[in-house]
Amino acid sequence: MTDPAQQQAAAQRIAAIPTRFPAPMGWWVMFLFALCLLALFFVSVAVLFARGPGIWGNNIPVGWGFPISNYIWWLGIGHAGTLISAMLLLVGQQWRNSLNRFAEAMTLFAVMCAGLYPILHLGRPWRFYWMAPYPSTMGIWPQFRSPLTWDFFAVLTYLIVSVLFWYIGIVPDLAAARDRAEKRRWQIFFGLGALGWRGSAAHWHRWQQSYRLTAAIAVPLVVSVHSEISLLMAAGPVPGWVSTVFPPYFVLGAAFSGFAVVSMLTLWLRAMLKLGALVTPRHLNMLGILLLATGLMTAYGYLAEVFTAAWSGGREAETMWDRFVGPYAWSYWGAVVFNFVPLQALWWARVRTSPIALFLIGLSVAVGMWLERYMLLVSSLYRDWLESSEGLFRPTFWDWSLYAGTLGLFLTCFLLFIRFLPVISAFEVREEAQEALDG
Amino acid sequence: MAELYALMAEFESPGRLLDAARRLRSQGWNRLEAFTPFPVEGLDRLLGYTDNAVARAMMIGGTVGALAAFLMQAGINLAYPLWIGGRPLIAVPAFMLICFEMLVLGAVLSGIATMFIANRLPRLNHPVFAADRFDLSAERFFLAILPDAGFDRDAAGKALAALTPRAIIEVQL
Repeated sequence: MTDPAQQQAAAQRIAAIPTRFPAPMGWWVMFLFALCLLALFFVSVAVLFARGPGIWGNNIPVGWGFPISNYIWWLGIGHAGTLISAMLLLVGQQWRNSLNRFAEAMTLFAVMCAGLYPILHLGRPWRFYWMAPYPSTMGIWPQFRSPLTWDFFAVLTYLIVSVLFWYIGIVPDLAAARDRAEKRRWQIFFGLGALGWRGSAAHWHRWQQSYRLTAAIAVPLVVSVHSEISLLMAAGPVPGWVSTVFPPYFVLGAAFSGFAVVSMLTLWLRAMLKLGALVTPRHLNMLGILLLATGLMTAYGYLAEVFTAAWSGGREAETMWDRFVGPYAWSYWGAVVFNFVPLQALWWARVRTSPIALFLIGLSVAVGMWLERYMLLVSSLYRDWLESSEGLFRPTFWDWSLYAGTLGLFLTCFLLFIRFLPVISAFEVREEAQEALDG
Repeated sequence: MAELYALMAEFESPGRLLDAARRLRSQGWNRLEAFTPFPVEGLDRLLGYTDNAVARAMMIGGTVGALAAFLMQAGINLAYPLWIGGRPLIAVPAFMLICFEMLVLGAVLSGIATMFIANRLPRLNHPVFAADRFDLSAERFFLAILPDAGFDRDAAGKALAALTPRAIIEVQL
């Protein structure tokens, strides 16, 4: 445990990171790299708009392919930010104060990337607003008994709530940054963002109410959002999908992949912005434990899935067997290996507190969960009830380029965030340090 | 002399600020305000801020959101019936998910909006911003006596000085 006085001083410096950025060169190199990927995103979208979804590998029977599996992957990553921030706030785990701000930022940008995918997948993306219930001259309304419509409401709500939760959390830190800034342009920038926050007792009273209640409501929201996504699959009669295991299996997998990415971002920021006094080995240890715990729960989901398939028999069992040995077996065994094999090293505290080991395990899980989403989608769709409707899915260049492009979108936004805004919830860390100082 | 917004004392820790606020309250100073870089547990109650406006707004917003979502779905299904396999038009379980999402959205939007409105934010100019030593990025905890009718500046100054603060600051209006 770091000395609280040291922690307090480090937290005060957070407000000055944007004005005296510690790693300008490293930031520019990464930003240029991210911009290249972002350019790829725009090219891919332009080609998509000009030529339609035929540029992808999607075809009947695999009409979903990359866009939907990547959508699930991105959204799942986003959920960890909300869970770290809201769930750990409610249960009084103060160590979360060093992680929650950038974890929430990760949520925002991951949800943005996720939300773009189904829209781009529509074929006529400019008509995406047809999903919303609005009185049109055509007199047509959405089908509210369909998971697709639920999904529209879930993701939109999740995006709005995440933005607001993140923003009311950052306002006090923007005010501190405003008061610390020396240059006029920074004062104006932070001053506008802080909305004139002055930390009065009346303000804090209402702020705490809104922050805690939003956190309390954000946790079930996460569960509902990813459950609904699983219902996109589980509500249909497709072998390998139609299972009551799906909602919890998806939510846990989401938390698992998200904690993996949070661990990677934590280690990256800690090294780049020299946050060693705030993000201590204790935080790495806790992240490692969270990753291990959610990983084991996800592994239980795999077992439960195999069990229900074997119990059901028939087409369910065939699909499961096909995942083991069929043309997409590489994605099944890839998911199992990348998700659960390196993970076991986290049983040792030495591995959990080793930045490089934790980063590599996080990367392995991110890859493994990507393979899982791909496997769940493709291995069920390519072969269902009729032999005449079987057909393999092969991603094309544009599938991969759009995926790389969304990584660029995420990285660009995230790099801008760390460059211009307080990356750690400094006022909460200072509160925590003060309590420790007071004894 | 310019009008006074408040007479403010600066303390070095939240504990001392709490003690000071308690003492001023017991001496009968009722128009107090505090400015702190992070929430100080118990300070709001001590200064008389006990409203539950945010919680109430979230309750109402959530209820309205969920009800509106249900009525919207039921109404639209009746106005534009999609008969599929004889399934009921008013499919309550299928409607619950959107009801829940709208409950969350209604509660969060109205709660956060209430927080900003009740706090009178955004307000980019405020007298304390011009005060000496006011800085939320430092561990400085301010307790202010706001003037009211029959305000005695010297008595207020003496009351603050008796608390042995780090500094006493006049905040001009």
